[in-house]
Amino acid sequence: MKRITKINSDIHFKSWAAVGGYEERRGPLGEKFDFCDMSDKFGQTTWEIAEAEMGRVALNTALSKSGLSHSDIELLVAGDLQNQCVASSTGLSSFGIPFLGIYGACSTCTESIMTLSAFMNSSETMQMGGAVTSSHNSAAERQFRTPIEYGGQRAPTAQWTSTAAGAFILCRGRGDVMITEYMPGRIVDGSTSDGANMGGAMAFAAFDSIYAYFEESGENPHNIDAIITGDLGRVGSDILREMLSKELPGTEALHNDCGLLLYDMKNQDAHSGASGCGTSASVLACHFLPMLAEGRLRRILFLSTGALMSPSSLLQGENIYGIAPLIRLESGKETNK
Amino acid sequence: MSMTEQLILTFISGGIICAIAQVLIDLTRITPARILVIYVSVGVLLFAVGVYEPMYEIFGSGVSVPLIGFGANIARGVREAVDKEGFIGALTGGLAASSAGITSALLFGLFASLLFKTKSKRM
Amino acid sequence: MNSEAKKQLIKKHSPGSSLFKDLILSFIFGGGICVIGQLLFELYTTLGLDKKLSSTVVTVTLIFIAALLTALGIFDKIAKHAGAGTLVPVTGFSNAVVSQAMDAKSEGYVLGVGAKIYTVAGPVILFGLLSGVVYGVIYYIYSLLGG
Repeated sequence: MKRITKINSDIHFKSWAAVGGYEERRGPLGEKFDFCDMSDKFGQTTWEIAEAEMGRVALNTALSKSGLSHSDIELLVAGDLQNQCVASSTGLSSFGIPFLGIYGACSTCTESIMTLSAFMNSSETMQMGGAVTSSHNSAAERQFRTPIEYGGQRAPTAQWTSTAAGAFILCRGRGDVMITEYMPGRIVDGSTSDGANMGGAMAFAAFDSIYAYFEESGENPHNIDAIITGDLGRVGSDILREMLSKELPGTEALHNDCGLLLYDMKNQDAHSGASGCGTSASVLACHFLPMLAEGRLRRILFLSTGALMSPSSLLQGENIYGIAPLIRLESGKETNK
Repeated sequence: MSMTEQLILTFISGGIICAIAQVLIDLTRITPARILVIYVSVGVLLFAVGVYEPMYEIFGSGVSVPLIGFGANIARGVREAVDKEGFIGALTGGLAASSAGITSALLFGLFASLLFKTKSKRM
Repeated sequence: MNSEAKKQLIKKHSPGSSLFKDLILSFIFGGGICVIGQLLFELYTTLGLDKKLSSTVVTVTLIFIAALLTALGIFDKIAKHAGAGTLVPVTGFSNAVVSQAMDAKSEGYVLGVGAKIYTVAGPVILFGLLSGVVYGVIYYIYSLLGG
């Protein structure tokens, strides 16, 4: 089974933006965000519309950074954590851009960039597209867990759904950050039905994708600067690193996780780390893309990790399935030479 | 029994009842909602077997404030209604006896939703 | 990797709750709330209410305090540390009802607040009543037999 697709035509990241809330601003990456709303409300009356507005602000910021208008964008691929992806469709409706709504739980960021680049790779005329991903802590708590003012204790393995969004403008041609390969993830049984341990459940999917990538591509891990997962958190990262050190020795040292980077793991009470699809989207936008653009990183594998489940499936005792689509990003400074 | 002695007994008994629930939550996968359901049912059971009332005499609010007390209230209401009205009391007594707690919680909930807005969670 | 090996790996890397700290905190908060209940009870009986009525008014007072703290956004910050200490007293029942009602406001008062307010209250009332009815039937038969 061949899973990796090489992108033949040049596609680069023209601009990007990260938007977040209060806890994201307090985190170590806080100052790198383009905009943070300390009330988490984004001027809206419901949490659901606040998330929609966050996605809209992210896309607008990315557009204005590169001096583009929404009419330059030929296709939007976007997703979020709300039922029926309604945050994306509500927030992005005013742009009037052709739209593909996708759902990959917290893997949405990679899934959207991958889908968009696949469209651009196969189309001869398409010049520019946008990918937007968002999650909102309050909207997610309401939908998946308990009411916002409910007084409960979170398990040490639980993660904190980030209030964050990332928007990316992909453009044909060469640029500072190139996307060169993509590989869809497989659905991997997480072997647990514990909704408070999604990082653990997703670690196996991340391993499956990383292992499959190196096996199929024959790539030497020395050529890769970093392997970045989305939101495995502390528990999932520990599991993944143990598996990598056994099966792909040396690669475990390349691993880092957006869920461990977004919050201060000592001074913020995030338990096992950040989760939510906005985590990998915002950390990619405010941390890894700038590093690639500056040439501080040359080649990375980026895998947002998704926990596939619903509140009903958890109540019914079904296992959580994981998925980890992979994209390969390269610094344009490297590929230009 | 002096007031201080009473308060100490109340504190210890109430604390233990809560700590037992904490053990169940931490060590098993029993959700908090199930804890509440279990505690109410245990309260009915303790009253039914005649343990609750002597405990209440000693520990006071230590056993009546936890949801066990809520269950015991239901059981007491059922017993009094059966004594008064016969078999139909089994159906009427429970809600009647627990109505103050249920109605006040529901109404305060409604008022809170009318007057207040949720604030996003902080770590 | 088979399912059992995955389960082992998850278990190995998943830290447990700090049981000792949780126990102490739930004991102190739970006991403390009961003491507040007892003090209110003494106050109400001193004011001339009979014991049964005092007990009922104590319950309503505690439900009100918990509802107010929930509405002000304070309850969840306390409960985060107190755990079962605020859950098991009638305060936990109040918080579950009020937080659901506040949350559902954006979905309207009938199918939002009106329906969802019972999410946690419903099971407690249902199974409390079920236990009560079972006890009532047994008690009735027992009394018929001349017990």
